[in-house]
Amino acid sequence: MVIAQVPEIRFNQSQLLTEPDLPGERPSAQPAQQEASAIRSFLLARGNSAWADRGFHWLMVLCALSIFGIVVLIATELVARSRIAWGAFGLDFFYKAFIDTYTGKPMYWDPVNGHFSALPFLYGTLVSSFLALLLAVPLAIGVAVFLTEMCPGFLRAPLAFITELLAAIPSVIYGLWAVFVLVPLLREYINPALIKSFGWTGFFSNDNPTGLGFLTAGVILAIMILPIISSLTREVMTAVPSSQREAVLALGATRWEMIRMGVLRNARIGIVGAVILGLGRALGETMAVAMVIGNSPEIQRSLLANGSTMSAVIANEFAEASSDLHLSALMELGLALFIVTIIVNAIARMLVWMVTRGTPSSVH
Amino acid sequence: MGVGIEVANLNAWYGTNHTLQDIDLNIPANHATALIGPSGCGKSTFVRCLNRMHETNPIARVTGTVLIGGLDIYADAKPVEIRRRVGMVFQRPNPFPTMSIYDNVAAGLKLNGYSNHHVLDEIVEKSLKNSALWEEVKDDLKKKSGASLSGGQQQRLCIARALAVDPEVLLMDEPASALDPVSTSKIEDLIFQLKSQYTIVIVTHNMQQAARVAEKTGFFLNGRMVEFDSTHKIFTNPSDKRTEDYITGRFG
Amino acid sequence: MRDEHQLRAKLRTLADGAATGLAVLATVLVVAPLVAIFVYLVYKGSVSLNWAFFTHNPVPVGEVGGGMANAIVGSAILLGVGSLIGIPIGIAGGIFLAEFGRGTKLANAIRFTADVLNGVPSIVMGIAVYSLVVVPQGHFSAFSGGVALGIMMIPTVCRTTEEMLLMVPHAVREAALALGVPNWRSVLSITVRTASAGIITGCMLAFARVAGETAPLIFTAFGNVGWSEKLSEPIAALPLQIYVYALSPYDEWHRLAWAGALVLIVLIVLAVSLVRYVTSRGVLKGAS
Repeated sequence: MVIAQVPEIRFNQSQLLTEPDLPGERPSAQPAQQEASAIRSFLLARGNSAWADRGFHWLMVLCALSIFGIVVLIATELVARSRIAWGAFGLDFFYKAFIDTYTGKPMYWDPVNGHFSALPFLYGTLVSSFLALLLAVPLAIGVAVFLTEMCPGFLRAPLAFITELLAAIPSVIYGLWAVFVLVPLLREYINPALIKSFGWTGFFSNDNPTGLGFLTAGVILAIMILPIISSLTREVMTAVPSSQREAVLALGATRWEMIRMGVLRNARIGIVGAVILGLGRALGETMAVAMVIGNSPEIQRSLLANGSTMSAVIANEFAEASSDLHLSALMELGLALFIVTIIVNAIARMLVWMVTRGTPSSVH
Repeated sequence: MGVGIEVANLNAWYGTNHTLQDIDLNIPANHATALIGPSGCGKSTFVRCLNRMHETNPIARVTGTVLIGGLDIYADAKPVEIRRRVGMVFQRPNPFPTMSIYDNVAAGLKLNGYSNHHVLDEIVEKSLKNSALWEEVKDDLKKKSGASLSGGQQQRLCIARALAVDPEVLLMDEPASALDPVSTSKIEDLIFQLKSQYTIVIVTHNMQQAARVAEKTGFFLNGRMVEFDSTHKIFTNPSDKRTEDYITGRFG
Repeated sequence: MRDEHQLRAKLRTLADGAATGLAVLATVLVVAPLVAIFVYLVYKGSVSLNWAFFTHNPVPVGEVGGGMANAIVGSAILLGVGSLIGIPIGIAGGIFLAEFGRGTKLANAIRFTADVLNGVPSIVMGIAVYSLVVVPQGHFSAFSGGVALGIMMIPTVCRTTEEMLLMVPHAVREAALALGVPNWRSVLSITVRTASAGIITGCMLAFARVAGETAPLIFTAFGNVGWSEKLSEPIAALPLQIYVYALSPYDEWHRLAWAGALVLIVLIVLAVSLVRYVTSRGVLKGAS
């Protein structure tokens, strides 16, 4: 090997010891030794790649920062495009409606005459989301309690898997199912029963035979947010240290008392976080709601009446908006939805983090 | 061939914890030097300062000079360059879990951009022979992953990986403490064979091990080096009372 | 005194039983409809699915037959563009969070923003991309749809990548550094490679999630009744087509919608099961 002659970096060698030389096995053959020197000189000739390292580091930082960039871009675009509507209506957009002087009725959303108000959509979004929470939260907590505290081992994995799967089903498929199964079911059986027994409250009036409406949207939303609430609740419940459970059990508590005092009380902040996260999902959920809520910009007391939500009206009208003002009003709805969901999600994340922080979910 | 290490006035910190204080030490080339002492005495920190691994922890800090073969590793070189010349074997075997045995040994070269397959084959074979693992793995070099070996084999694989880049110094941080007695004795035999070609610094909490493999031994206590002398002298006639107490098992 | 004690004990046992009963009832109430949805979907889908679904384009109203070949190809193109954007940026972001920024305020802020971004409704992503890409371009396009899907993938990919990288033992990183391997090389060839199984499944999960997204495509990809492969033109997508067909009054189109839903679901179930299989088996076999 010729390269073997390449001078190696050998500075002043410390003097060898005068200890009795111990019988070590000498390197087997001379060629091998030369090969090694070639390797050594190759490695010594490699740069310290400080530039590559720095470049790589900054590339990663840049990609991570793009997440900030996305949020900023979305915000600026929405603000810029909703300026026309903001100029035309200002804050009135969110709480006033144009009153038709001829009929004396409020005109909430009138693309033809250029009157736009977010009121019916705010109302629809809130009503459908809270209906969904009302139905989903008790069930989700029940499922989480069952899965973490009572479930026999062999059932736990399949049940958890099913809930996980349901979280992954696309909105449009829930909508499809709702249109062909849920709507007829409500129309034929549930709604008549509700009207019969609770019609006097005014919440269930008998003037919409389609089966669409707030209640239908609330039910499908409940089904859709159940998995996320229940899996997050499960997460915070398992984060409660078992010493807490044992402490309560040691006092002679029954299982339910143990769950109530040892688990639910300790996990309550996280559960609230999970519920708020579910609310965030419900507020922004689009396709399934747009398919079953009836899409009419009205505010009605009856839960069986048609309505619309912020996301549904965007999905329905955006592509064929009739004027710049119309488009801008839809953009403003989108901006409002963006801000609300960001706030709701931020609060929820913080609550969940407060509880699960410090548990070994990510050990390195 | 190995080179000597001269350490002068070395201090190291973990956060506010002053783990090494004023270490001065000359480690001879082509011999094995053992560092002993109770756990937490700073001996592991010391070897990690010799290849600048100590500073990979963001809260760690080092001052002082370390000359390896005359090169001031803190002033005149980048960490990557130092670590190519100073191999290290860790306490727990840490082969790359997704790589084959062959790739594990060749990793130091391949990842530094070396691609001559013919030469790589030779080096892998030589390194595995040097680490006394060749006979056990030669049939499935590229088939088995490094993680599929036993603990003792994994540690010898890690030694082969360190040897493949032909280092001048080999640092071993309690290389046998996680292994069974049979594997431990294999590792010790290996150190015994390798020390004529490399400068070996071995950290150990096992005094018999130090006595068996090393010509020189240093005793660390509470971040300071209490005594450094020939192994024979340390174990038979230490000059410091604290060393004697430790050797005879009166504390620690 | 004694009676009162006994009564209370009885009440407590009763409450315990009632709570257990309610929890079981809740589970049944949740699982039963969910299973029902699934079974119904599989049933309707499988009777509707045929070979033509994969090979034919939609036919005009009134004609029987036809398929969603154009929508399948369209979805593939949209997802391809989305993955090209979302996966590299997401993985790089995850590498930053796990390898460079660990414990720093910047990393915490980015992690938090990613989680929050994950909760932003997809319809909002849709109109944002509309005004960012479609308006300057002047028309709907497959490219803009891909951008919308890609942006939605970034936070998910980023967070799963981070989580998977955190599972790589520190000793493996040290081993690479101690060999004098440059940091970028050690991150890519050692850490990322060790966690690659987990990262790939994370990407598949993100892929499956956006595969069913409809809302962000309505005003970006827009849909197309015919065949198109061009990035600059409106393109059909499976979820969009399902949406349109589901709301149509024609039985033949309903049939196609169910078939499309089944195809989507099979894709998603495969991805989710794979993720579960890989994570339960331990992403890092042998690494201790």
